[in-house]
Amino acid sequence: MQKVYTKIESISGNVITVLAEGVRNGDLAVVSSRHGASLANIIRLKENVVSLQVFAGGRGVSTGDEVRFLGHPMQVSYTENLMGRVFDGSGKPRDAGPVLDENMIDIGGPSVNPAKRIVPKNMIRTGIPMIDVFNTLVESQKLPIFSVSGEPYNELLARIAMQAEVDIIVLGGMGLKYDDYLFFREELETSGAMNRAVFFVHTASDPTVECLLVPDISLAVAEQFALEGKKVLVLLTDMTNFADAMKEIAITMDQVPSNRGYPGDLYSSLAARYEKAVDFEGAGSVTILAVTTMPGDDVTHPVPDNTGYITEGQYYLKNGRIEPFGSLSRLKQQVNKETRDDHRSLMDGMIKLYASYKESMEKKSMGFQMSDWDIKLLKYGEMFEQQMMELTVNIPLEEALNLGWEILSSCFSPEESGMKTSLVMKYWPGKDKEDK
Amino acid sequence: MNTGKVIGINGNMATVEFTDNISLNEVAYIILGDSRLKAEVIRVNGKEASLQVFEMTGGIKVGDQVEFTGELLSVELGPGLLGQVYDGLQNPLPQLAEKCGFFLQRGVYMNAIPDSSWEFTPSVKKGDIVRPGYSVGTVPEGIFSHRIMVPFGFSDGEYSVKKIAAAGSYTAREEIAVVTDSSGNDHSLSMVFTWPIKRAVTRYEERLKPVEPMITKIRIIDTFLPVARGGTFCIPGPFGAGKTVIQQTTSRNADVDIVIIAACGERAGEVVETLIEFPELTDPRTGKSLMERTIIICNTSSMPVAAREASVYTAVTIAEYYRQMGLNVLLLADSTSRWAQAMREMSGRLEEIPGEEAFPAYLESVIANFYERAGLVRLFDGNTGSVTIGGTVSPAGGNFEEPVTQATLKVVGAFHGLSRERSDARKYPAIHPLESWSKYTGIIDSKKTTFARDLLFRGEEVNQMMKVVGEEGTSLDDYIVYQKSEFLDSVYLQQDSFDPVDGSAPIERQKYTFDLVFTILHGSFKLSTKQETRNYFNQLRQRFLDLNSAEWNSDSFKSIEESLRGKIDEKLKANE
Ligand SMILES: Nc1ncnc2c1ncn2[C@@H]1O[C@H](COP(=O)(O)OP(=O)(O)O)[C@@H](O)[C@H]1O
Ligand SMILES: [Mg+2]
Repeated sequence: MQKVYTKIESISGNVITVLAEGVRNGDLAVVSSRHGASLANIIRLKENVVSLQVFAGGRGVSTGDEVRFLGHPMQVSYTENLMGRVFDGSGKPRDAGPVLDENMIDIGGPSVNPAKRIVPKNMIRTGIPMIDVFNTLVESQKLPIFSVSGEPYNELLARIAMQAEVDIIVLGGMGLKYDDYLFFREELETSGAMNRAVFFVHTASDPTVECLLVPDISLAVAEQFALEGKKVLVLLTDMTNFADAMKEIAITMDQVPSNRGYPGDLYSSLAARYEKAVDFEGAGSVTILAVTTMPGDDVTHPVPDNTGYITEGQYYLKNGRIEPFGSLSRLKQQVNKETRDDHRSLMDGMIKLYASYKESMEKKSMGFQMSDWDIKLLKYGEMFEQQMMELTVNIPLEEALNLGWEILSSCFSPEESGMKTSLVMKYWPGKDKEDK
Repeated sequence: MNTGKVIGINGNMATVEFTDNISLNEVAYIILGDSRLKAEVIRVNGKEASLQVFEMTGGIKVGDQVEFTGELLSVELGPGLLGQVYDGLQNPLPQLAEKCGFFLQRGVYMNAIPDSSWEFTPSVKKGDIVRPGYSVGTVPEGIFSHRIMVPFGFSDGEYSVKKIAAAGSYTAREEIAVVTDSSGNDHSLSMVFTWPIKRAVTRYEERLKPVEPMITKIRIIDTFLPVARGGTFCIPGPFGAGKTVIQQTTSRNADVDIVIIAACGERAGEVVETLIEFPELTDPRTGKSLMERTIIICNTSSMPVAAREASVYTAVTIAEYYRQMGLNVLLLADSTSRWAQAMREMSGRLEEIPGEEAFPAYLESVIANFYERAGLVRLFDGNTGSVTIGGTVSPAGGNFEEPVTQATLKVVGAFHGLSRERSDARKYPAIHPLESWSKYTGIIDSKKTTFARDLLFRGEEVNQMMKVVGEEGTSLDDYIVYQKSEFLDSVYLQQDSFDPVDGSAPIERQKYTFDLVFTILHGSFKLSTKQETRNYFNQLRQRFLDLNSAEWNSDSFKSIEESLRGKIDEKLKANE
């Protein structure tokens, strides 16, 4: 299967075609040109016309270049030696360490049988009230941070990663700014976590196709560690760059775009990656925290939109805070019935009141007289934003719940709070509840 | 064996060269080493056929052999379907897991119906005349009497029973009867037969208009936006608005015999919740586990896309099968948009001329045909059976002005539209009470529900007006209307699905509490300021919420009700 072909028929964007026989869909090839060698994979077969996407890009490829088929799909080395290492999207070292070629495993493997999954049940504590109280993060969850560019999303990602008690951290960087890459590296090194981390980093200046490989390669490695009993946290930043790379290839392949230029299988492609988040019965787990930047702060943009339909919630980062609206953890109810009996009611009740506060704010901004109810809400909203929403707040869940009751009782009467009488009796601070 | 050769591969579409006759929608297998990958012929052009492959296509090469089966894509029907968990092609997932472990291995297909033994009781005797769809006997399957029927696919006409097994235990694929057609040919019957999933089963006397309500125990649905047995409904909504939670609670509480859950292209984790919880939950109607009345068809988002397209048809075919036994079946599909997207992906690969948002031009008729398979029917034996279909829709950007939502709205009988605004404010279930509609009749006096709905409209108007003129510019009467509509919303329309009591409201409780709400909505109160009004309604609300989470007719229910009624009487004007 090591036959060499030297007749490249067409070069268009990052996709080349070559005439060849007996090659298999999805397999790898090496394209050697004057500028060096690049991997490529087969993405379409039509009689003897083979289309390949060239990882290093089509630029500089000449019709006379050599194409050598390797007879296997894209693989990555899976060993303990990955720890502390940094690679690019095609698995080549980015650091000074050696090339790894032992124990190669396929990337983009089959999905987990749903019948083999279990219901996740372990809360991941972050010390951030907007997460712990209102949108609890759960082991094996897949959850992106929705963010406008310019927000401190990578800082938030790193903070959660450092706080979470996991065995292994896999960072998949896509279109990552070099500075951000250095930031992650520094964060992990100073906290001593780098020796249980592995990075697959595609930076903004690397070839597009390599960006496409980052999630698969990161998740393949994570999955293996999880099967061996490790709790793995995968950080994927920024999945919008991944989607844009898909769009670029789709356009080159003349696919009919479905929405703003993105291919019709955007949903399935994103899902194939995110669904790798799993809790293996009797083994470890894969948790995925991602970043999805929203072009123009538009949640309805196809990338955040499709992502939201796939992931188990999202943290909506805006003005340096996690917004109560738009943020969601779909797995919270798996764990918040076990935390404390007031957790669920407080979580919903406080958000309902915050929604009312927003309405009062609206009225205020239009210059209406504030009723005493509005005034209470304004006070509440301000306290909520300062004491709960600010990312500088770092307190355990139980303290945050107590704080919630404090805020409610300093703004409202128990009846105004909308909380169930039984909970008011138990948690309402001060003398108000006796009046009831 | 009719064979062909792969000449091209593009995503999950294979182009195959063939010589003998093949038919559209026939099943073929691509031979890949030891494994056989299932595929369906979706276009024939000259000597080339396009096949959608139900598996990942990595490793296929030009020249690989293809075997055509001559059979249309079908499911197996017979006793033993209940409680099963299948993928979109009716492969049993737990059994697959036993065989292959954590991961789905492609090319492994197992019997959908296990070869277990069943206690057969014949209902015909030698010489009786039967037709396709007639029953020849029954076996007990859980709590149901499962009819063993003359296969629906037999050609029309009369058959005489030549041989019928005596009462006793037989395995599913054993011969239990022989029938002779009018030309004298014998046909052997077992308890299992197949049916092509894309064809509706029409072995019944007539279709009837769905009238009887299908209770979901969700107040806003049963009281205001009811669904009928044999009817159709859809739940469109942006992500996170609560589509899946509504379907999950409905699958638990719906007042039907059998529930079929089609988890179509969404999260695997959501199915797992059902998978793990249902065997533990008791069905209040039967005292048995909920799983015994449930079938799950599970083709989640990372499973092959072509099988996702098939999964909704697999589900509806099984639903029709149980309907033929005189049962009421509910099919819940989450999400029909993923099914439509699967069609779109394939249409793109076939290079068909794209319609709006690149969906194929036939999208609308395909959706209409799917929902048409719901219905209430009178069977040959005079009994009725029904298939009710409820599908979620996941519109791009949460905007209902998109092809799948629009095509669905044209054909369904009830529309439960979810609103982002309501889910953001944690007003669950986030069904928009004003924009949603239902063409079916519910369980509560429609004069009263119309009154309540009007009040919601007016309350919303007042709320909008207050945003222009402020609270100070609003009259006390208007303000009371607004408070009443807010009250109705928070104590009746909203319902906490995760509260063990509030989560499901049985019908007599709905009737009772709605009357209580109605007294308040309809009453006039001695209130003289807005401040007093707001405080008063807060007090009413507090008590009502406590009532909602109190066990029906328990002591605490009664004492809260008393305190609530006391509160009402405090300000209610006597003449009302
Ligand atoms: N009726 C409800 N009661 C309480 N919480 C709900 C309800 N419906 C939805 N939620 C919350 O919203 C989340 C998302 O709901 P889900 O049904 O998964 O949304 P969708 O299917 O529309 O994307 C749930 O995980 C839950 O936290
Ligand atoms: Mg859903």
